[in-house]
Amino acid sequence: MSAMTDDAAGFEPDAGLVPSEAKIARREMVGQLLRSKTFIIGNVIVGFWVFWALAGSSLTPHDPLEQTPAILQAPNTTYWFGTDQFGRDILSRVLAGATTVLTVAPLATLLAIVCGTAIGLITGYFGGIADETISRIVDAVLALPLVVIAVTVLTALGTSNMALIVVIGLIFTSPVARTVRATVLGERRLDYVQAAQLRGERAPYIMSVEILPNIAGPIVVEGTVRLGYAIFAVAGLTFLGFGVQPPSPDWSLQISENYTLLTAGTYWWTVLFAGLAIATLVIGVNLVADGLQQVVDQ
Amino acid sequence: MLVFAAGSLLPGNLGRNVLGQFASEQDVAIYNHNAGVDRPRIVQYLDWISGFLHGDLGTSLQYKVPVWSLLETSFVNSLKLAAVAFAIVVPLSILGGTVAGLRRNSFTDRAITITGVSFTAIPEFVTAIVFILVFGLWLDWLPVTATAPPGSNVATQVEYLLLPSLALVAVLFGYIARITRAGVIESVDADYTRTAYLKGLTRRRVVRQHVLRNSLLPTIAVVATQVGYLIGGLLVIEKLFNYNGIGLRIYTAALNKDYPMLQSGVLLVGVVYLAATLVADVLYSLLDPRIRFGGAE
Repeated sequence: MSAMTDDAAGFEPDAGLVPSEAKIARREMVGQLLRSKTFIIGNVIVGFWVFWALAGSSLTPHDPLEQTPAILQAPNTTYWFGTDQFGRDILSRVLAGATTVLTVAPLATLLAIVCGTAIGLITGYFGGIADETISRIVDAVLALPLVVIAVTVLTALGTSNMALIVVIGLIFTSPVARTVRATVLGERRLDYVQAAQLRGERAPYIMSVEILPNIAGPIVVEGTVRLGYAIFAVAGLTFLGFGVQPPSPDWSLQISENYTLLTAGTYWWTVLFAGLAIATLVIGVNLVADGLQQVVDQ
Repeated sequence: MLVFAAGSLLPGNLGRNVLGQFASEQDVAIYNHNAGVDRPRIVQYLDWISGFLHGDLGTSLQYKVPVWSLLETSFVNSLKLAAVAFAIVVPLSILGGTVAGLRRNSFTDRAITITGVSFTAIPEFVTAIVFILVFGLWLDWLPVTATAPPGSNVATQVEYLLLPSLALVAVLFGYIARITRAGVIESVDADYTRTAYLKGLTRRRVVRQHVLRNSLLPTIAVVATQVGYLIGGLLVIEKLFNYNGIGLRIYTAALNKDYPMLQSGVLLVGVVYLAATLVADVLYSLLDPRIRFGGAE
């Protein structure tokens, strides 16, 4: 594990005497992140979309929902990205379309990280029957393709952003739990955990105060990687019609509304820009994940 | 069982869905009774699972014909699509991964890795749309529909399937190439490779007999796990291309609350996934003499 583990954990009872070491290690990590090109570029891309997700339709050149008689116009000086079949400005729709996916995917990831970390800590720390049972359930969830489970369950729950968050969050709990469990298994044998056990600390305290801070790095990495997958899943399910409904300017929805036009004529601008938006967002998230992983793994 | 539970949870009155808004209460009740959906859940489950084991998947509620008669065609169609995708992606990504691994940190390596990672992250329908635009409409190389005209020969069918499978290839390439690359790097650094070079073997022979053989092991495992993803990807791609495969069947069945169809489709997918994992395990043990089943230490 990283240098941080040793500093923060090895001298646990005397933690007050060596705060500077832990602090130096952390500052070093931030420094490495800031020097990582992948991390910076990734953050710039993600930051751009987060900005537009927050700004929504308030800053776009046109109202993303306003229908005009100027339908299916190719990109021109008034409408830089052209207009769709209802005469709506595609540039505005692409910019405002960041909102749904950047709400649903992070919330689903957060749910998965919280549940997955809790389950991973418990199974990894205690082992035994609880571990066996939960690991089998995790295997079972992972055995079926995500989209197939999600489609089945979403049909039952009905389509809403809430349902999408819950379904993806719960499905992603399994892989998160698996990663956290593996990391906890590695930590459990270390001296600082045994020291805490000998001091007579209770299990919940050891798990949350002793182990959790030391496995924060891998959890953050897992979270960013999962976020990439969550965007992938949200986009796919929204495309299938199980997410946000029209007239939302969501990117996947734009594609599913317009792709049938492709064969009728080459109205490429109605789908291409939304597609590029999704592509840049997921690549951005993956660059951030990559940068984080490199630093944490050192 | 999980599949059945999810199916039964679907809200909505079946008879009402099938017969429409204006059917009388009585007709709806009679319909539900005949379809057997007014029985207790557990009875329905036992009935269904025993039918499944006997090869009887029940009757589609939407189409009023045995589920298997529809599912069979879709299943074969999906297998064709998956076969084309795998036939492209496996050699391509093993080649890419090997080249990247052998020329570690070179420009070629970076290019292959970055392309792979990017395509893996982009949802398949986005890649598919871009491919449709570029190869189907602008360059006009490939047909934009997946279904070949009836009665066309194998070559034409494959030609029609190229565009939909390319999107799946794009997603899978990154995973498989990355694992192959890691395997190649590991075995290039291994002692046995150094020994092989020192024995005076040519580079070509070392790569083929020592490096590849060892580095393909993890690749086989990852190919098998990707079968699970592939089935999910089929759902999206088949919807996009309106291709009558198992993914589209599951999708329409879910939309129309056609439980027997949905359950059978999902269960079939699960069975295929398990079978793929099993095949991978067997292949793995055949290729790696260190692993033997039966505990002969």
